[in-house]
Amino acid sequence: MSTYTLRAKHRRSTLRTLAFLSPWLIGFAVFFAYPLLSTVYFSFMHYDGFKPPSWSGTKNWTYVFAHYPFFWPALRNTLWLVAIMVTLRVAFGLGVGLLITRIKTATGVFRTLFYLPYLAPPVAATMAFAFLLNPGTGPVNSLLEKAGLPTPGWFNDPAWSKPALTLLALWGIGDLMVIFMAALLDVPKEQYEAAELDGATPWQRFRYVTLPNISPIVMFAVVTGVIQTMQYYTQPLIAGKVASGVIQGAGTQFEPGYPDKSTLTLPQLVYNLGFQRFDYGSACVVALILFVLSMAFTALLMRRRGGLIQAGDR
Amino acid sequence: MTQVLDKPLEWKAPPSPAERTAHRRALLEWVAIHSVGIAAALFFTLPFVFVLLTSLMSDSQALSRDLIPHTWEWGNYAKVFDTPGFLTWWKNTLLYAGLGTVLTVVSSIPVAYALAKFRFRGRNLALMLVISMMMLPPQVVIIPMYLFWAKQLDLSGTLWPLIIPMAFGDAFSIFLLRQFLTTIPDEYLDAARVDGCGDLRTLLKVVLPMARPGIAAVALFQFFYAWNDYFGPQIYASENPGAWTLSYGLESFKGAHHTDWNLTMAATVLVMAPVILVFFFAQKAFVEGVTLTGVKG
Repeated sequence: MSTYTLRAKHRRSTLRTLAFLSPWLIGFAVFFAYPLLSTVYFSFMHYDGFKPPSWSGTKNWTYVFAHYPFFWPALRNTLWLVAIMVTLRVAFGLGVGLLITRIKTATGVFRTLFYLPYLAPPVAATMAFAFLLNPGTGPVNSLLEKAGLPTPGWFNDPAWSKPALTLLALWGIGDLMVIFMAALLDVPKEQYEAAELDGATPWQRFRYVTLPNISPIVMFAVVTGVIQTMQYYTQPLIAGKVASGVIQGAGTQFEPGYPDKSTLTLPQLVYNLGFQRFDYGSACVVALILFVLSMAFTALLMRRRGGLIQAGDR
Repeated sequence: MTQVLDKPLEWKAPPSPAERTAHRRALLEWVAIHSVGIAAALFFTLPFVFVLLTSLMSDSQALSRDLIPHTWEWGNYAKVFDTPGFLTWWKNTLLYAGLGTVLTVVSSIPVAYALAKFRFRGRNLALMLVISMMMLPPQVVIIPMYLFWAKQLDLSGTLWPLIIPMAFGDAFSIFLLRQFLTTIPDEYLDAARVDGCGDLRTLLKVVLPMARPGIAAVALFQFFYAWNDYFGPQIYASENPGAWTLSYGLESFKGAHHTDWNLTMAATVLVMAPVILVFFFAQKAFVEGVTLTGVKG
């Protein structure tokens, strides 16, 4: 084959690749690269959507870090959610996964029941929990009272709003359950048999056989949990709105974070700054912080022996 | 009639004490595990039950602490449908979810195919960028995107800023499909090539029929994504109730009906029900998608 035909062939295959990739290449440029650069640009501009943008140096940055009253509470809440909600979700997901692999009767029914809440649309699920946990007439507090237990204020109490959100997150554990179930069923049976022959207790079997085998999946669940926490938006917002009684279209504007900033998360700040305070520049600062945090954890996910890709290739 | 004699009688030893304790332990374990299972099942189902029960209460009873309706007010559901806008929200949701899903699937398939089966420079980089886009909170780029759609194209107050981008591939769908397509052996593609199929024909005639479960999973996830989306409609459609979706409009029920939890819960049921119905029809594809990527839709 002459070099000419070889080169033509190479060119054709490049064109072919570009043709197949073209929808995404356009999407990448228009909906990712351009707006990302634009976000960086606006973070140094003063812009309210009416007057043309003007250079403001690092003013937006100092405003967000030093003066914007919602930033640090939102960051603290995010840390709380990462430390407690993500940990509990992973532990509970693993527990439910273990449980479902050991249920031998009506397994399909149990699996479906455990999985269903994960499918509930977030707005609907949050509305449901705002009702279930409402301190006035909610069934949960009615039952707690009948049992003589304390009745927390849940979404109306700054100390209980995040635990209430955690409860909602644990209810929708279906995704993690399925992932852990698949991982647990992949653990080689021989290892359990060997452990049994050695007289290992159930705890030892879990500690020395199960855990080492599923640790990549545990890691995966933790990191994706952290990334999802960076995006945690609809549930805390709706919970705060419904519990505060301030609803869209009622003419009043909802200050996010009810009660007492306890449900603020970073994505809500972008909305608050950009679409309630019309301070697009500062909104872009928070957006960039969100970007850096998300990408840092995504890099972690990809570095760990291909994490995500490997989990899918199983 | 001689069946009984066909099998030699087996002499069964009476269970030894060790066997008996082992048997008893297995039984106890079965009881313990299934008790925990039932407790867990209650935790997962009771919220649905209470929501359903409340949705059927009368207005006055919904203000009480009762758990079970005295009279079953099925008319609450009719009232929800009569709420101004409710049917429009349904229509908008179906447009956003339906058209969005079709566009996403059509535009993501060729990209996923190239990432899974073509060998080219920068493939790993492209894949990493897809994953990065997938993990990016939508809020990161929302300011420039909003300015683009609202100020330059004057499309705020509609759902088009949410639907049009789906014609340019969705990162999550590309990733999920790519994961699925890598499991198709290259031999099939080589065979098609030997038979004189071009790339497009190979994709359409050989790969797509084999990728049907993956495509089903992507379509489902995308449908649910649009169905559940709150942030998108909040940004682009909030100013125009005629463009609201169910997920966005649902919240206004609590405002319109103030403290009446019954109608709010009836509306909540009506937003949940389609998703759960779809799930029952497509359970396999859905669970496959979850294990394939391990990421929420």
